[in-house]
Amino acid sequence: MSLNLQAVGIDKSYDNNQVLQDCSWSFTEHGIYVLTGVNGCGKSTFLRICALLERPDKGEVRYLDGVHEAPDGMTLMRRITLVLPKAGLFNMSVSRNVSYGLRIRGISGRESNDRTDSVLEFTGLSHKKDQNALTLSSGEAQRVAMARALVIEPEVLFLDEPTASIDEKNTGIIENIILQLKQRGQTTVIMTTHDRVQAERVADRVLLLEGGKIVE
Amino acid sequence: MSSILEGFSQAFSLMLHFNDELMGIILLSLKVSGTALLVSTVMALPLSAILGFRQFPFRGAFISILNTFMGLPPVVIGLFVYLLLSRSGPLGFMALLYTPTAMIIAQTILAFPIVASLSHAAIMGVDPVIRYAATTLGATPLQVSLTIINEARYGIMAAVIAGFGRVMAEVGAILIVGGNIAGFTRVMTTTIALETDKGNFELALAIGVILLLISLIVNVLLHVFQKKGMTGANR
Ligand SMILES: Nc1ncnc2c1ncn2[C@@H]1O[C@H](COP(=O)(O)OP(=O)(O)O)[C@@H](O)[C@H]1O
Ligand SMILES: [Mg+2]
Repeated sequence: MSLNLQAVGIDKSYDNNQVLQDCSWSFTEHGIYVLTGVNGCGKSTFLRICALLERPDKGEVRYLDGVHEAPDGMTLMRRITLVLPKAGLFNMSVSRNVSYGLRIRGISGRESNDRTDSVLEFTGLSHKKDQNALTLSSGEAQRVAMARALVIEPEVLFLDEPTASIDEKNTGIIENIILQLKQRGQTTVIMTTHDRVQAERVADRVLLLEGGKIVE
Repeated sequence: MSSILEGFSQAFSLMLHFNDELMGIILLSLKVSGTALLVSTVMALPLSAILGFRQFPFRGAFISILNTFMGLPPVVIGLFVYLLLSRSGPLGFMALLYTPTAMIIAQTILAFPIVASLSHAAIMGVDPVIRYAATTLGATPLQVSLTIINEARYGIMAAVIAGFGRVMAEVGAILIVGGNIAGFTRVMTTTIALETDKGNFELALAIGVILLLISLIVNVLLHVFQKKGMTGANR
Protein backbone atom coordinates (compact mmCIF):
# COMPACT_ATOMS: atom_id res chain seq x y z
CA MET A 1 0.00 0.00 0.00
CA SER A 2 1.15 3.47 -0.53
CA LEU A 3 0.82 6.79 1.12
CA ASN A 4 -2.38 8.77 1.44
CA LEU A 5 -3.40 11.68 3.56
CA GLN A 6 -6.20 13.19 5.52
CA ALA A 7 -6.47 16.82 6.51
CA VAL A 8 -8.62 17.03 9.60
CA GLY A 9 -10.21 20.22 10.90
CA ILE A 10 -7.45 22.58 9.79
CA ASP A 11 -7.58 26.18 11.05
CA LYS A 12 -5.06 28.74 9.93
CA SER A 13 -4.96 32.47 10.26
CA TYR A 14 -2.36 35.12 9.61
CA ASP A 15 -2.61 38.00 12.03
CA ASN A 16 -6.36 38.57 12.11
CA ASN A 17 -7.02 37.04 8.73
CA GLN A 18 -8.65 33.65 9.13
CA VAL A 19 -7.68 31.79 5.95
CA LEU A 20 -8.70 28.22 6.70
CA GLN A 21 -11.49 27.27 9.05
CA ASP A 22 -12.19 23.66 9.95
CA CYS A 23 -10.93 22.53 6.59
CA SER A 24 -10.94 18.77 6.06
CA TRP A 25 -10.52 16.32 3.21
CA SER A 26 -9.43 12.70 2.80
CA PHE A 27 -7.22 12.11 -0.20
CA THR A 28 -7.54 8.37 0.03
CA GLU A 29 -7.57 7.35 -3.61
CA HIS A 30 -4.79 7.68 -6.12
CA GLY A 31 -5.41 10.23 -8.79
CA ILE A 32 -5.43 13.89 -9.55
CA TYR A 33 -7.13 16.23 -7.13
CA VAL A 34 -7.47 19.78 -8.32
CA LEU A 35 -8.21 22.46 -5.78
CA THR A 36 -9.83 25.57 -7.20
CA GLY A 37 -11.08 28.81 -5.76
CA VAL A 38 -10.69 32.54 -6.13
CA ASN A 39 -7.36 34.26 -5.62
CA GLY A 40 -6.46 34.55 -1.96
CA CYS A 41 -8.96 31.95 -0.74
CA GLY A 42 -6.20 29.90 0.88
CA LYS A 43 -5.26 27.24 -1.71
CA SER A 44 -1.51 27.72 -1.36
CA THR A 45 -1.81 27.87 2.41
CA PHE A 46 -3.71 24.59 2.46
CA LEU A 47 -1.10 22.97 0.23
CA ARG A 48 1.82 24.14 2.35
CA ILE A 49 0.13 22.80 5.46
CA CYS A 50 -0.61 19.45 3.80
CA ALA A 51 3.00 19.25 2.60
CA LEU A 52 4.13 19.74 6.22
CA LEU A 53 5.93 22.98 5.43
CA GLU A 54 3.76 25.00 7.77
CA ARG A 55 1.84 24.08 10.92
CA PRO A 56 -1.88 24.66 11.24
CA ASP A 57 -3.23 26.57 14.25
CA LYS A 58 -5.63 23.74 14.87
CA GLY A 59 -6.34 20.31 13.38
CA GLU A 60 -3.85 17.90 11.88
CA VAL A 61 -2.53 16.41 8.69
CA ARG A 62 -2.40 12.65 8.92
CA TYR A 63 -0.36 10.49 6.59
CA LEU A 64 -1.32 6.85 6.36
CA ASP A 65 0.59 3.91 4.97
CA GLY A 66 -2.48 1.92 4.03
CA VAL A 67 -4.32 1.85 7.33
CA HIS A 68 -1.31 2.50 9.56
CA GLU A 69 -0.01 5.87 10.59
CA ALA A 70 3.09 6.64 8.51
CA PRO A 71 6.33 7.36 10.38
CA ASP A 72 6.79 11.10 10.50
CA GLY A 73 9.74 13.45 10.33
CA MET A 74 12.38 13.35 7.64
CA THR A 75 11.38 9.93 6.31
CA LEU A 76 7.89 11.17 5.59
CA MET A 77 9.13 14.49 4.19
CA ARG A 78 11.16 12.52 1.67
CA ARG A 79 8.12 10.67 0.33
CA ILE A 80 6.19 13.82 -0.56
CA THR A 81 7.09 17.02 -2.35
CA LEU A 82 5.66 20.36 -3.36
CA VAL A 83 6.40 22.28 -6.53
CA LEU A 84 6.10 26.00 -5.97
CA PRO A 85 4.57 28.48 -8.42
CA LYS A 86 8.00 30.12 -8.60
CA ALA A 87 10.40 27.48 -9.92
CA GLY A 88 13.19 28.23 -7.44
CA LEU A 89 15.92 26.60 -9.50
CA PHE A 90 19.50 26.32 -8.32
CA ASN A 91 22.36 28.11 -10.08
CA MET A 92 23.65 24.94 -11.73
CA SER A 93 22.99 22.90 -14.85
CA VAL A 94 19.54 21.52 -15.60
CA SER A 95 20.63 17.94 -14.95
CA ARG A 96 22.26 18.84 -11.62
CA ASN A 97 19.05 20.58 -10.63
CA VAL A 98 17.10 17.47 -11.49
CA SER A 99 19.43 15.09 -9.67
CA TYR A 100 19.47 17.26 -6.53
CA GLY A 101 16.86 15.20 -4.71
CA LEU A 102 18.88 12.06 -5.42
CA ARG A 103 22.17 13.57 -4.25
CA ILE A 104 20.76 14.61 -0.89
CA ARG A 105 19.39 11.09 -0.49
CA GLY A 106 22.83 9.63 -1.08
CA ILE A 107 21.91 8.18 -4.47
CA SER A 108 24.71 8.60 -6.99
CA GLY A 109 26.47 7.03 -9.96
CA ARG A 110 24.63 4.88 -12.42
CA GLU A 111 21.28 4.88 -10.65
CA SER A 112 21.29 8.66 -10.32
CA ASN A 113 22.22 9.12 -13.98
CA ASP A 114 19.59 6.70 -15.22
CA ARG A 115 16.81 8.20 -13.15
CA THR A 116 17.81 11.76 -14.05
CA ASP A 117 17.99 10.97 -17.76
CA SER A 118 14.66 9.23 -17.78
CA VAL A 119 12.91 12.13 -16.01
CA LEU A 120 14.58 14.62 -18.35
CA GLU A 121 13.19 12.69 -21.25
CA PHE A 122 9.75 12.42 -19.65
CA THR A 123 9.61 16.20 -19.24
CA GLY A 124 11.09 16.91 -22.68
CA LEU A 125 14.28 18.49 -21.35
CA SER A 126 16.96 16.08 -22.56
CA HIS A 127 18.39 18.61 -25.01
CA LYS A 128 18.72 21.21 -22.24
CA LYS A 129 20.46 19.03 -19.69
CA ASP A 130 23.82 20.84 -19.70
CA GLN A 131 22.43 24.35 -19.83
CA ASN A 132 22.51 26.52 -16.69
CA ALA A 133 19.00 26.38 -15.26
CA LEU A 134 18.84 30.12 -14.62
CA THR A 135 19.09 30.83 -18.33
CA LEU A 136 15.91 28.92 -19.25
CA SER A 137 12.60 30.41 -20.31
CA SER A 138 9.94 30.45 -17.61
CA GLY A 139 8.11 27.53 -19.21
CA GLU A 140 11.23 25.41 -19.33
CA ALA A 141 12.10 26.46 -15.78
CA GLN A 142 8.72 25.26 -14.55
CA ARG A 143 9.31 21.93 -16.29
CA VAL A 144 12.70 21.59 -14.59
CA ALA A 145 10.95 22.24 -11.28
CA MET A 146 8.55 19.39 -12.16
CA ALA A 147 11.39 17.12 -13.20
CA ARG A 148 13.30 17.86 -10.00
CA ALA A 149 10.25 16.75 -8.02
CA LEU A 150 9.47 13.70 -10.15
CA VAL A 151 12.96 12.24 -9.94
CA ILE A 152 12.45 11.45 -6.26
CA GLU A 153 9.33 9.46 -7.16
CA PRO A 154 7.09 11.12 -4.60
CA GLU A 155 4.05 9.23 -3.44
CA VAL A 156 2.18 12.48 -2.94
CA LEU A 157 2.99 15.36 -5.28
CA PHE A 158 1.69 18.85 -4.54
CA LEU A 159 1.63 21.30 -7.41
CA ASP A 160 0.84 24.91 -6.57
CA GLU A 161 -0.39 26.72 -9.68
CA PRO A 162 2.03 24.82 -11.92
CA THR A 163 1.01 26.73 -15.03
CA ALA A 164 0.18 30.16 -13.60
CA SER A 165 3.08 32.03 -15.18
CA ILE A 166 3.69 30.19 -18.46
CA ASP A 167 2.45 30.13 -22.02
CA GLU A 168 -0.06 27.79 -23.69
CA LYS A 169 2.49 25.45 -25.18
CA ASN A 170 4.28 24.82 -21.89
CA THR A 171 0.95 24.61 -20.09
CA GLY A 172 0.00 21.85 -22.53
CA ILE A 173 3.26 20.02 -21.88
CA ILE A 174 2.81 20.23 -18.11
CA GLU A 175 -0.81 19.09 -18.27
CA ASN A 176 0.38 16.17 -20.36
CA ILE A 177 2.96 15.23 -17.74
CA ILE A 178 0.25 15.29 -15.10
CA LEU A 179 -2.03 13.11 -17.20
CA GLN A 180 0.76 10.60 -17.76
CA LEU A 181 1.37 10.47 -14.02
CA LYS A 182 -2.28 9.59 -13.67
CA GLN A 183 -1.84 6.67 -16.07
CA ARG A 184 1.18 5.38 -14.20
CA GLY A 185 -0.98 5.45 -11.10
CA GLN A 186 1.79 5.56 -8.53
CA THR A 187 1.39 9.13 -7.38
CA THR A 188 -1.38 11.09 -5.77
CA VAL A 189 -1.32 14.57 -7.28
CA ILE A 190 -2.87 17.44 -5.39
CA MET A 191 -2.71 20.65 -7.37
CA THR A 192 -4.19 24.10 -7.24
CA THR A 193 -5.32 26.28 -10.08
CA HIS A 194 -7.60 29.25 -10.41
CA ASP A 195 -8.41 28.06 -13.94
CA ARG A 196 -11.60 26.00 -13.76
CA VAL A 197 -11.29 24.82 -17.33
CA GLN A 198 -7.84 23.43 -16.65
CA ALA A 199 -9.21 21.79 -13.52
CA GLU A 200 -11.79 19.93 -15.58
CA ARG A 201 -9.17 18.90 -18.15
CA VAL A 202 -6.84 17.11 -15.76
CA ALA A 203 -8.74 16.28 -12.60
CA ASP A 204 -10.18 13.03 -11.35
CA ARG A 205 -11.76 15.14 -8.71
CA VAL A 206 -12.27 18.89 -8.63
CA LEU A 207 -12.45 20.47 -5.20
CA LEU A 208 -13.54 23.99 -4.38
CA LEU A 209 -12.08 25.98 -1.51
CA GLU A 210 -14.48 28.62 -0.28
CA GLY A 211 -14.94 30.35 3.07
CA GLY A 212 -11.94 28.54 4.51
CA LYS A 213 -13.35 25.09 3.74
CA ILE A 214 -13.28 22.54 0.98
CA VAL A 215 -16.91 22.45 -0.08
CA GLU A 216 -17.08 19.79 -2.77
CA MET B 1 58.73 65.39 -16.35
CA SER B 2 61.82 63.76 -17.78
CA SER B 3 62.67 62.29 -14.40
CA ILE B 4 59.27 60.60 -14.28
CA LEU B 5 59.79 59.15 -17.75
CA GLU B 6 63.27 58.07 -16.83
CA GLY B 7 61.90 56.53 -13.66
CA PHE B 8 59.37 54.57 -15.69
CA SER B 9 61.90 53.30 -18.18
CA GLN B 10 64.20 52.18 -15.40
CA ALA B 11 61.27 50.65 -13.59
CA PHE B 12 60.42 48.59 -16.65
CA SER B 13 63.95 47.44 -17.13
CA LEU B 14 63.92 46.45 -13.46
CA MET B 15 60.75 44.48 -14.02
CA LEU B 16 62.22 42.80 -17.06
CA HIS B 17 65.38 41.79 -15.24
CA PHE B 18 63.56 40.56 -12.22
CA ASN B 19 66.24 40.46 -9.56
CA ASP B 20 66.16 38.29 -6.47
CA GLU B 21 65.41 41.18 -4.19
CA LEU B 22 62.35 42.21 -6.16
CA MET B 23 61.21 38.60 -6.44
CA GLY B 24 61.62 38.09 -2.69
CA ILE B 25 59.56 41.17 -1.90
CA ILE B 26 56.73 40.11 -4.20
CA LEU B 27 56.71 36.56 -2.90
CA LEU B 28 56.66 37.71 0.72
CA SER B 29 53.72 40.01 -0.04
CA LEU B 30 51.81 37.17 -1.62
CA LYS B 31 52.72 34.81 1.21
CA VAL B 32 51.73 37.17 4.02
CA SER B 33 48.51 38.36 2.40
CA GLY B 34 47.62 34.92 1.07
CA THR B 35 48.07 33.26 4.44
CA ALA B 36 46.16 36.02 6.21
CA LEU B 37 43.35 35.63 3.71
CA LEU B 38 43.24 31.87 4.12
CA VAL B 39 43.12 32.06 7.90
CA SER B 40 40.49 34.77 7.95
CA THR B 41 38.35 32.96 5.37
CA VAL B 42 38.45 29.73 7.36
CA MET B 43 37.21 31.64 10.39
CA ALA B 44 34.84 33.99 8.60
CA LEU B 45 32.87 31.42 6.60
CA PRO B 46 31.38 29.52 9.56
CA LEU B 47 30.63 32.83 11.25
CA SER B 48 28.83 34.21 8.20
CA ALA B 49 26.81 30.99 7.97
CA ILE B 50 25.83 31.15 11.64
CA LEU B 51 24.87 34.80 11.23
CA GLY B 52 22.83 33.87 8.19
CA PHE B 53 21.04 30.81 9.54
CA ARG B 54 20.72 31.24 13.30
CA GLN B 55 18.80 33.70 15.39
CA PHE B 56 20.42 34.71 18.66
CA PRO B 57 20.49 37.71 20.99
CA PHE B 58 22.49 40.72 19.76
CA ARG B 59 22.79 39.23 16.29
CA GLY B 60 21.95 42.59 14.70
CA ALA B 61 24.46 44.39 16.90
CA PHE B 62 27.08 41.83 16.00
CA ILE B 63 26.53 42.36 12.28
CA SER B 64 26.75 46.14 12.76
CA ILE B 65 30.07 45.78 14.58
CA LEU B 66 31.36 43.57 11.79
CA ASN B 67 30.33 46.16 9.21
CA THR B 68 32.01 48.91 11.20
CA PHE B 69 35.25 46.92 11.42
CA MET B 70 35.24 46.61 7.64
CA GLY B 71 36.24 50.24 7.45
CA LEU B 72 38.75 50.25 10.30
CA PRO B 73 41.98 52.03 9.27
CA PRO B 74 44.87 49.58 8.90
CA VAL B 75 47.13 51.75 11.07
CA VAL B 76 44.72 51.35 13.95
CA ILE B 77 44.83 47.59 13.59
CA GLY B 78 48.61 47.81 13.30
CA LEU B 79 48.75 49.78 16.52
CA PHE B 80 46.46 47.29 18.26
CA VAL B 81 48.51 44.29 17.17
CA TYR B 82 51.71 46.15 18.06
CA LEU B 83 50.47 46.69 21.60
CA LEU B 84 49.51 43.02 21.83
CA LEU B 85 52.87 41.76 20.61
CA SER B 86 55.29 44.34 21.97
CA ARG B 87 57.64 43.13 24.63
CA SER B 88 55.51 44.54 27.47
CA GLY B 89 52.24 43.46 25.82
CA PRO B 90 50.16 40.41 26.79
CA LEU B 91 51.63 38.31 23.96
CA GLY B 92 55.09 39.83 24.16
CA PHE B 93 56.63 36.57 25.40
CA MET B 94 56.07 35.04 21.96
CA ALA B 95 58.57 37.47 20.42
CA LEU B 96 56.54 37.87 17.24
CA LEU B 97 56.88 41.58 16.68
CA TYR B 98 58.75 42.45 13.46
CA THR B 99 58.24 38.99 11.98
CA PRO B 100 56.13 37.88 9.01
CA THR B 101 53.87 36.11 11.52
CA ALA B 102 53.01 39.44 13.12
CA MET B 103 52.14 40.78 9.67
CA ILE B 104 49.93 37.79 9.00
CA ILE B 105 48.13 38.32 12.30
CA ALA B 106 47.50 42.00 11.53
CA GLN B 107 46.25 41.28 8.01
CA THR B 108 44.08 38.42 9.21
CA ILE B 109 42.33 40.85 11.54
CA LEU B 110 42.09 43.30 8.67
CA ALA B 111 40.57 40.82 6.20
CA PHE B 112 38.28 39.00 8.61
CA PRO B 113 35.44 41.56 8.88
CA ILE B 114 35.40 42.05 5.12
CA VAL B 115 35.22 38.37 4.26
CA ALA B 116 32.71 37.65 7.04
CA SER B 117 30.48 40.61 6.35
CA LEU B 118 30.41 40.29 2.55
CA SER B 119 29.94 36.49 2.74
CA HIS B 120 27.09 37.02 5.14
CA ALA B 121 25.54 39.51 2.75
CA ALA B 122 25.94 36.98 -0.08
CA ILE B 123 24.20 34.28 1.96
CA MET B 124 21.39 36.65 2.94
CA GLY B 125 21.03 37.64 -0.70
CA VAL B 126 20.08 34.12 -1.77
CA ASP B 127 16.43 34.06 -2.80
CA PRO B 128 14.31 32.62 0.06
CA VAL B 129 12.63 30.35 -2.49
CA ILE B 130 15.86 28.30 -2.51
CA ARG B 131 15.33 27.35 1.12
CA TYR B 132 11.78 26.32 0.31
CA ALA B 133 12.81 24.35 -2.76
CA ALA B 134 15.54 22.44 -0.94
CA THR B 135 13.21 21.65 1.95
CA THR B 136 10.44 20.35 -0.26
CA LEU B 137 12.91 18.15 -2.11
CA GLY B 138 13.77 16.41 1.14
CA ALA B 139 16.91 18.18 2.30
CA THR B 140 17.81 17.97 5.99
CA PRO B 141 18.35 21.32 7.76
CA LEU B 142 22.11 20.95 7.30
CA GLN B 143 21.67 20.13 3.61
CA VAL B 144 19.40 23.15 3.23
CA SER B 145 22.12 25.38 4.72
CA LEU B 146 24.79 23.89 2.49
CA THR B 147 22.58 24.39 -0.54
CA ILE B 148 22.10 28.05 0.33
CA ILE B 149 25.87 28.50 0.83
CA ASN B 150 26.43 26.85 -2.52
CA GLU B 151 23.99 29.27 -4.16
CA ALA B 152 25.97 32.11 -2.56
CA ARG B 153 29.30 30.74 -3.80
CA TYR B 154 30.12 33.47 -6.29
CA GLY B 155 29.27 36.14 -3.75
CA ILE B 156 31.50 34.40 -1.24
CA MET B 157 34.35 34.23 -3.74
CA ALA B 158 33.85 37.93 -4.41
CA ALA B 159 34.08 38.51 -0.65
CA VAL B 160 37.37 36.63 -0.47
CA ILE B 161 38.77 38.57 -3.40
CA ALA B 162 37.68 41.87 -1.88
CA GLY B 163 39.52 40.84 1.28
CA PHE B 164 42.61 40.04 -0.76
CA GLY B 165 42.46 43.42 -2.44
CA ARG B 166 42.32 45.16 0.91
CA VAL B 167 45.28 43.37 2.50
CA MET B 168 47.49 43.45 -0.60
CA ALA B 169 47.09 47.21 -0.84
CA GLU B 170 47.47 48.18 2.79
CA VAL B 171 50.67 49.52 4.25
CA GLY B 172 49.80 50.91 7.66
CA ALA B 173 49.36 47.70 9.62
CA ILE B 174 52.31 45.71 8.25
CA LEU B 175 54.64 48.66 8.47
CA ILE B 176 53.93 49.01 12.20
CA VAL B 177 54.09 45.33 13.14
CA GLY B 178 56.56 44.16 10.49
CA GLY B 179 59.06 46.98 10.66
CA ASN B 180 59.98 46.81 6.97
CA ILE B 181 63.18 44.86 7.55
CA ALA B 182 64.99 44.17 4.28
CA GLY B 183 64.93 40.56 3.23
CA PHE B 184 62.71 39.61 6.17
CA THR B 185 59.54 41.67 6.53
CA ARG B 186 59.79 43.99 3.54
CA VAL B 187 56.82 43.67 1.23
CA MET B 188 55.61 45.55 -1.83
CA THR B 189 53.71 48.37 -0.17
CA THR B 190 56.29 49.00 2.53
CA THR B 191 59.02 49.02 -0.11
CA ILE B 192 57.19 51.68 -2.06
CA ALA B 193 56.83 53.78 1.07
CA LEU B 194 60.49 53.41 1.96
CA GLU B 195 62.02 53.81 -1.50
CA THR B 196 59.90 56.86 -2.26
CA ASP B 197 61.13 58.35 0.96
CA LYS B 198 64.69 57.68 -0.09
CA GLY B 199 64.14 59.06 -3.59
CA ASN B 200 64.61 55.65 -5.28
CA PHE B 201 61.68 56.06 -7.59
CA GLU B 202 62.59 53.27 -10.04
CA LEU B 203 62.08 50.43 -7.58
CA ALA B 204 59.02 52.12 -6.07
CA LEU B 205 57.52 52.58 -9.53
CA ALA B 206 58.35 49.06 -10.63
CA ILE B 207 56.62 47.62 -7.60
CA GLY B 208 53.79 50.10 -7.98
CA VAL B 209 53.15 48.86 -11.51
CA ILE B 210 53.23 45.23 -10.38
CA LEU B 211 50.82 46.06 -7.55
CA LEU B 212 48.59 47.76 -10.06
CA LEU B 213 48.62 44.65 -12.24
CA ILE B 214 47.71 42.45 -9.30
CA SER B 215 44.94 44.84 -8.38
CA LEU B 216 43.70 44.74 -11.97
CA ILE B 217 43.61 40.96 -11.95
CA VAL B 218 41.79 41.00 -8.62
CA ASN B 219 39.17 43.38 -9.98
CA VAL B 220 38.66 41.42 -13.15
CA LEU B 221 38.10 38.28 -11.06
CA LEU B 222 35.73 40.18 -8.80
CA HIS B 223 33.73 41.30 -11.80
CA VAL B 224 33.60 37.79 -13.24
CA PHE B 225 32.30 36.31 -9.99
CA GLN B 226 29.78 39.07 -9.44
CA LYS B 227 28.45 38.48 -12.93
CA LYS B 228 28.27 34.73 -12.48
CA GLY B 229 26.46 35.19 -9.20
CA MET B 230 23.72 37.29 -10.72
CA THR B 231 20.56 35.29 -10.91
CA GLY B 232 18.62 34.94 -14.10
CA ALA B 233 15.09 36.15 -14.44
CA ASN B 234 13.57 32.72 -14.15
CA ARG B 235 14.80 31.45 -10.89
N1 LIG C 1 2.86 34.08 5.19
C1 LIG C 1 1.75 34.82 5.18
N2 LIG C 1 1.64 35.89 5.99
C2 LIG C 1 0.50 36.64 6.00
N3 LIG C 1 -0.57 36.40 5.23
C3 LIG C 1 -0.51 35.34 4.41
C4 LIG C 1 0.64 34.50 4.33
N4 LIG C 1 0.40 33.52 3.42
C5 LIG C 1 -0.84 33.75 2.96
N5 LIG C 1 -1.39 34.83 3.54
C6 LIG C 1 -2.75 35.36 3.29
O1 LIG C 1 -3.62 34.28 3.32
C7 LIG C 1 -4.61 34.41 2.31
C8 LIG C 1 -4.61 33.17 1.43
O2 LIG C 1 -3.41 33.14 0.65
P1 LIG C 1 -3.09 31.95 -0.34
O3 LIG C 1 -3.16 30.69 0.42
O4 LIG C 1 -1.81 32.26 -0.97
O5 LIG C 1 -4.29 32.03 -1.37
P2 LIG C 1 -4.41 31.39 -2.83
O6 LIG C 1 -3.27 30.48 -3.04
O7 LIG C 1 -5.74 30.69 -2.81
O8 LIG C 1 -4.44 32.52 -3.79
C9 LIG C 1 -4.31 35.69 1.56
O9 LIG C 1 -5.13 36.68 2.07
C10 LIG C 1 -2.87 35.97 1.91
O10 LIG C 1 -2.64 37.34 1.94
MG1 LIG D 1 -1.73 30.55 -4.41
